[in-house]
Amino acid sequence: MIGARSLPRPLRLRRPGGWPLLSLAGAAVFAFWAGIAVFGGLLAPHAPGEFVDSWDTLAPVSAQYPLGTDYLGRDVLSRIMAGAKYTVGLPFLTAGLALFAGLVLGVSATLMRDAFDTALSWLMDTFNSLPSTIFAMVAVAGFGTSIPVLATVITVLYIPSAYRNVRAAAQTVSRLDFIDAARVRGESSLYIIFREILPNILPNLLTHFGIMFIYIALLLSGLSFLGLGIQPPEADWGALVAENMVGLSYGAPAVFAPALCLISLTVSMTLMVDAVSRRRKEP
Amino acid sequence: MQDRPFIEVRGLTITAGRDRRQIVRDVSFTAEKGEVVALIGESGSGKSTIALSLMGYARPGCTIAGGTIRVAGQDVRALDAAGLRRFRGKTVSYVAQSAAAAFNPGWRIRSQIVEAATLHGTMGKAEAAGREAALMETLALPDPAQIGARYPHQVSGGQLQRMMAAMAMINAPEVIIFDEPTTALDVTTQVEVLRAFKAMVKEQGVTAIYVSHDLGVVAQMADRILVLKDGEVMENAEAGELLERPRAAFTKGLLEASRPRRLELPEAPADAPPVLEVQGITAGYGGTGPDGLPLYPVLHDIGFSIPRGRTLGLIGESGSGKSTLGRVLAGLVPAAKGSALINGRELDLRDAARRRRQDRRELQIVFQMADTALNPRQSVAEILGRPLGFYHGLRGQARTGRVAELLDMVRLPRHLAQAGPRALSGGQKQRVNLARTLAAEPALVICDEVTSALDTVVANAVVELLVELQRELGLSYLFISHDLGKVEAMCSEVMVLWKGREVERAARDSLTRDPQHPYTKELVRAVPQLRRGWLEEVTAHG
Repeated sequence: MIGARSLPRPLRLRRPGGWPLLSLAGAAVFAFWAGIAVFGGLLAPHAPGEFVDSWDTLAPVSAQYPLGTDYLGRDVLSRIMAGAKYTVGLPFLTAGLALFAGLVLGVSATLMRDAFDTALSWLMDTFNSLPSTIFAMVAVAGFGTSIPVLATVITVLYIPSAYRNVRAAAQTVSRLDFIDAARVRGESSLYIIFREILPNILPNLLTHFGIMFIYIALLLSGLSFLGLGIQPPEADWGALVAENMVGLSYGAPAVFAPALCLISLTVSMTLMVDAVSRRRKEP
Repeated sequence: MQDRPFIEVRGLTITAGRDRRQIVRDVSFTAEKGEVVALIGESGSGKSTIALSLMGYARPGCTIAGGTIRVAGQDVRALDAAGLRRFRGKTVSYVAQSAAAAFNPGWRIRSQIVEAATLHGTMGKAEAAGREAALMETLALPDPAQIGARYPHQVSGGQLQRMMAAMAMINAPEVIIFDEPTTALDVTTQVEVLRAFKAMVKEQGVTAIYVSHDLGVVAQMADRILVLKDGEVMENAEAGELLERPRAAFTKGLLEASRPRRLELPEAPADAPPVLEVQGITAGYGGTGPDGLPLYPVLHDIGFSIPRGRTLGLIGESGSGKSTLGRVLAGLVPAAKGSALINGRELDLRDAARRRRQDRRELQIVFQMADTALNPRQSVAEILGRPLGFYHGLRGQARTGRVAELLDMVRLPRHLAQAGPRALSGGQKQRVNLARTLAAEPALVICDEVTSALDTVVANAVVELLVELQRELGLSYLFISHDLGKVEAMCSEVMVLWKGREVERAARDSLTRDPQHPYTKELVRAVPQLRRGWLEEVTAHG
């Protein structure tokens, strides 16, 4: 007999406590990088632009400089910590903005008339067909490389995919009878979006946010690697790899450390996405 | 070997999930060659699970944990993957519930039917095609030589269901498993399909396992009936014996629930004012044509009125427009023509959003699928609380108290308020669904197929609840159903819809006693009865 207390509660997002071990590890790594992104500038042992050892450039790992020095003799650890705010923060911000815009547009498309939906979908598909790296390069070349321009371009680039994702998920939900029940009751569109539809597509949204985050982190790093992203003296991890490419033949940690950091960031996000997107199996 | 039964299941136990919960417990039965054995029970009784295990198959997450299964001299549990592959489709085959989901819409029907033969290498293409045409003829399909060249969407649901039986029979298997093969069909179609299945089983001399929840259907098909409950055999007897002299209490209950019923309806004064008056409703889909009417009209000139405290039954086959009428009245589908009055006030038939709040409150709709009608991310308290706050401005303690009262009204325990819809059974969900409409304190409730997804016993309880609520609250209902038994049980008046038009309207008893329109006659005749031999009588008539 089922007791009153053991009854399954309504479907909510799983608390992180119920996550698989690997995803928890991912969350820990991501939390670490998020902490570095916020406080990295304060915690760094040296200023990112300081020439700590101009005689020994591209130095190997040592007690004094845990990740060695770069091609100008700056502390790599400090530069990675200072660059985290771009590599972690900028994708987080732009993926969030793109998702929010996609949410507003995608849910409106499902609730509005067909003509609006069709027109919007055409527009979005046109945008979607643009190759993202090339588009970003052209836009940056045209508008100059500043962080606001980068953020705007990337947000705009990722709105269509967020829109498609939200629209597909919202359409599945909006065909269910409880939406009809709300409409017959006379609920406003806002209530239907936020109380009836949104809770049901939240796992999809979080999954898509994670995936966008990864793509944007890689896109930004790629742009910086090409010299079109974050400009000196500031540097994100992609730029760090690029400026130290000379060290590749010496096996300098200055090249590998930022690349490994980037890998750990994207992998940790992937592991978190796994936990959110995995549907709770029926008992 | 020789004196062993053809199908022999001994001590079959099947477990599910990580906690190895037993969903089938120690089930044993046998079937002789050429016999039809029916497995009957409610949803969750394990009837399909047992049938699938005869093919050595357990659904994902389930394990055949114990017992022996012997089919046609084969120990099914001892077969390896390659052995099972040869065994399935050749020795034993399967007819699923939904043919529409079982056929690939992109391939011609014939190519899908003969595939099993060429795959197993039992016959050449030409021979398989010849056998396919012969089977189509056995199954009484029109133009048997040519119909296989069509695509699945070009034939009717009943025809497709028969074609799936042809697919199962192409290799001349020794055992065929029917898994609720007529549940998705209209009763009038069901008769033809049952007749075709019976003829085929007889002609091919195949041993059949027939899974169903419908005792009336099983009574026509089976030689032997196994009654299942919670994965255990309640009774196993020869069909005629079981129907006439059931021994287990559960079987008796099932038989009782399957009999036609007539609930006593609350007395309503003869001069009661109409709650809903509808005139000349025409509606459809696909935009409007030059004449201002829908391009694909579904309803033509429908009119009726429902007095206070009365129930109008609306019956018709799928596609007759009965659900569309419910949705038009609820304001979900716009009407092209016509008008409606609720308690004497004009009702906007274009969109629910244009209606007055009072109109929306007084006219409520209960949807067919309780599964999708409740938001899985809200608790029962939230689901019931919303209309209380929305229509009556109830907050806090008052709202919580009223939710508890509503749960009492639909005979649910109060502690369910904190549960989510997934914790509820099908019948409980439908009661919550009903409670949500009661929260609005409606005058008229549209019940759209509210019992069709439920087991017989549970459905009867819901119908009884509706009548009790009518007595207590003076509610009026528009009861939409394809099930004549349910309509007769609770409706004071019945309207028959056929191809979007009203073809007959009569008081509850006169409809079954003296149907006028040819469709109504067919409908009344096609309702399966518990009497053995009914199928032959019906088909002899038609």
